[in-house]
Amino acid sequence: MGQFIQQLINGLTLGAVYGLIALGYTMVYGIIGMINFAHGDIYMVSAIISVTALTLMSAFGISSVPLVLALVLIIAIGFTSVYGWAVERTAYRPLRNASRLAPLISAIGMSIFLQNMVQVSQGARVKPVPTLIPGGLELFTHNGFSVHLAYTQIMICVVTVVLMVAFTGLITRTSFGRQQRACEQDRTMASLLGIDVDKTISYTFMLGAALAAVAGVMVTVYYGVVDFSIGFVAGIKAFTAAVLGGVGSLPGAMLGGVLIGLIESYWSAYLSPEYKDVATFAILILVLMFRPSGLLGRPEVEKV
Amino acid sequence: MKKSIVAAGIGLLSVLAVPAWADYSVGIAGPMTGEYASAGAQIRAGAEMAVADINAKGGVLGQKIKLEIGDDACDPKQAVSVANAMVNKHIVFMHGHWCSSSTIPASDIYNDAQIPMATVSTNPKVTERGLKNIFRIMGRDDQQGGVGGGFLAEHFGSKKIAVVDDKSAYGKGLADEMAKGMQAKGVKPVLRESITAGEKDYSGLITKLKAAGVEVVAYGGYHTEVALILRQAQQAGLKLTIMGGDTMSNNEIVTAAGGDNANNVLFTFAPDSRLEPAAADVVKRFRDKKVEPDGYVLYAYAAMQLFQQAAEKAKSVKYADLDKAIANGSFNTVVGTLSFDAKGDLKVPAFRVYQWKGGKYEYFK
Repeated sequence: MGQFIQQLINGLTLGAVYGLIALGYTMVYGIIGMINFAHGDIYMVSAIISVTALTLMSAFGISSVPLVLALVLIIAIGFTSVYGWAVERTAYRPLRNASRLAPLISAIGMSIFLQNMVQVSQGARVKPVPTLIPGGLELFTHNGFSVHLAYTQIMICVVTVVLMVAFTGLITRTSFGRQQRACEQDRTMASLLGIDVDKTISYTFMLGAALAAVAGVMVTVYYGVVDFSIGFVAGIKAFTAAVLGGVGSLPGAMLGGVLIGLIESYWSAYLSPEYKDVATFAILILVLMFRPSGLLGRPEVEKV
Repeated sequence: MKKSIVAAGIGLLSVLAVPAWADYSVGIAGPMTGEYASAGAQIRAGAEMAVADINAKGGVLGQKIKLEIGDDACDPKQAVSVANAMVNKHIVFMHGHWCSSSTIPASDIYNDAQIPMATVSTNPKVTERGLKNIFRIMGRDDQQGGVGGGFLAEHFGSKKIAVVDDKSAYGKGLADEMAKGMQAKGVKPVLRESITAGEKDYSGLITKLKAAGVEVVAYGGYHTEVALILRQAQQAGLKLTIMGGDTMSNNEIVTAAGGDNANNVLFTFAPDSRLEPAAADVVKRFRDKKVEPDGYVLYAYAAMQLFQQAAEKAKSVKYADLDKAIANGSFNTVVGTLSFDAKGDLKVPAFRVYQWKGGKYEYFK
């Protein structure tokens, strides 16, 4: 029982992070119908930026934890959205009218470029940060197993929920959200009606990057260790989350993220950590076989 | 007119390039990038210093030696292409690779191309396949696992011990040997688990360890994962002692584990050559250059010394001569005297148990 609750907490935390990254995949897919394979590395860049920001702040003697966190978030979101914008400008926009394969490959190139750039400029060694928010709550003890809820885990879950609400509001209630949904439905028509499609796509990339930036900052605070290679695994998992939830669907991305976090966590607790990824991807394959549009995705309707 | 200038330029360039052909090329390879890049950096630092020292003293058989660096990122596929590239560069001696899973496939290629090689990879299979060209300048996992496992049984036999590995050729082999070493002394592990290297979240494993009441982990794998496991265990309110192998000699573990978590890491490694008088001068020069010669730095230096001494002894860098000289000779290097048995393993391997303390590793007391 204790172990079950503990794994629930671990799984939800992990799932929240996957979900935040998955939102970026899903949004970009929604608007241009392509997967941004450099997205995982955008998340990595954010984590590296937040390490630098944290180090700078401790050098300046800023020690109030809420202030440090807020500043790091602002800095990371700022820089990372510029990265998101640049990725779209260099890897996608020049190839917008090329065959679908071309931007896909240029995005993979961009991913390798970002990884190597960070490695060359920041070094290959892991970058540790001191524990910002130590400790947690001892929830209860059952059969000698004490269930532990770290403050960082609470923070990750709360931040994710707040972001989700704000984000849903942005998409459903603002004019940017309306333009974005219009571009999703029909890009040509949207541009005929006076929507600046290029700008909307740019903003979408920036927004996805900003969400990945938040995930990057939180992971830095949670695990305390970051290096240039974290983007790949996290990116693949988040991509899986997006597909599982139904690529293009925003609640689907979040649901997929949480599901993958929970599957990983329970599988490694009760079966074997060794086959955790095998299980995750096997479930993905099953879902796609029997529900190709994902859990919450709509089947693509032929536009007439 | 223009054409003739270009032709003259090409002619001039080729004349300039000629002297380079006379040098002897030696190769090193390992994870220069990727998760374990800090180990690659150690190998590179050691080999570069050794090559500079050898060249300063007149080189090998009157020729300068030139270092070729290969990056396999600990990926077996990449290791094979690195090996092929090295063969095309006509190297006469190779030191590498670092990960056992890279060394095993790459060594077949060096063997076909008749290039003698030294390695620090510890998986038994490296030398068990009957290749004549490979020489291991460090002990084997069946030796170090026995030392580590026996040590755990002796010192922590009364506690619950789990055996965990990272599924790599090195990690799984070492963990299995440690489990054998424990069982030989009558201690059974309570859990046997594997993790996926390269991930950042090990909360699932830690919860499982905590639920089973595990206090000590015998770990086969690399330092980066150990650091994360320790850090996350501390966050989850679990105090773990981890016993690892030679790869824990990387000082990255101290900063990455956070706080003084690294003080809970024990590991087996060859006797500390930094303390040997033979290495004193080299160690001092490394420290002057702000490089701490820990981990594999001195081993890479020693591999280059091995090549130089063997070539001088054989008076040739041809495969047959060099290989015979290494197989039958005994060489004084900064990591002690190296001589090899019929398989290419060290004749006198030794492992000691170390513990991290305040950012440095020292013999376990």
